[in-house]
Amino acid sequence: MSNELIDFTLVSIALLGIGIYGLAVKRNFIRMLFAVEIVINAANLNLVAFARFLPHSGGQTLALFSIAIAAAEVAVGLSLIIVAYRMYKNVDVAEFRSMKG
Amino acid sequence: MVDAMFMGLAVLTIGSAIAALELRSLVYGSLALMGTLGGIAGFFFLLDSPFVALFQIAVYVGSIAVLILFTVMLVKRELIFKKVEDSRRKFAGIGLMLVFMVAIGAVFLDSGIKSITTDEPPVDFTEIGADFLTYYWPALVLMALILAGSVIGALVLARREDVEDEQRAN
Repeated sequence: MSNELIDFTLVSIALLGIGIYGLAVKRNFIRMLFAVEIVINAANLNLVAFARFLPHSGGQTLALFSIAIAAAEVAVGLSLIIVAYRMYKNVDVAEFRSMKG
Repeated sequence: MVDAMFMGLAVLTIGSAIAALELRSLVYGSLALMGTLGGIAGFFFLLDSPFVALFQIAVYVGSIAVLILFTVMLVKRELIFKKVEDSRRKFAGIGLMLVFMVAIGAVFLDSGIKSITTDEPPVDFTEIGADFLTYYWPALVLMALILAGSVIGALVLARREDVEDEQRAN
């Protein structure tokens, strides 16, 4: 196998950095959800990469659990977006801080 | 050294992750996010984990990305294209990202991870199925309950009481 563990780890670090940038800079609720997805995927990539190189099946099992929990999180996040959009007619998180009722 | 497949997948994944956050339109952004998730699935195939890769494609590319796309379509048209951003904050964010990447990358490159290679055969995915039903079964049941709970929670959150009352009045 020509690809080594460090290569996968570096890709994962790059994705994590991009995700953190998105969470820090973006004010759009939907884009922040994108950033969270990217961070979760970076973590999953790391899990599977370490599982392949150890090798042990535990990492893959944990990655499967992580994917399922992320699916639940996205369902709740999207319904929160819909509720917030209905209340404020906006998806800007800075607007959500003001108490408009 | 990495092979061409890895290089292509890395470019696809990281490029479309940047595109997902930076494209003006949220619709194209969510399509780019689909590219990122598919690229990660490709990495899983490269790592000899076809089960996780197919799970990723089914759950992420198949359902989550489509769900996000539908939510984006529910939002007003001008909000999809509106981009409110503080440019100073943006440069600070890019700086934070670069510092983070260089710092963590340097730590990883300096550590013993660099020398880890393996010649052993990959884990058989039937082993994962056996693990799920034997050692991990309480976690599996708990996960199913959490999924059911979150779906019910999402439905309760997104319910519109006003519409229902109107219908009842009629």
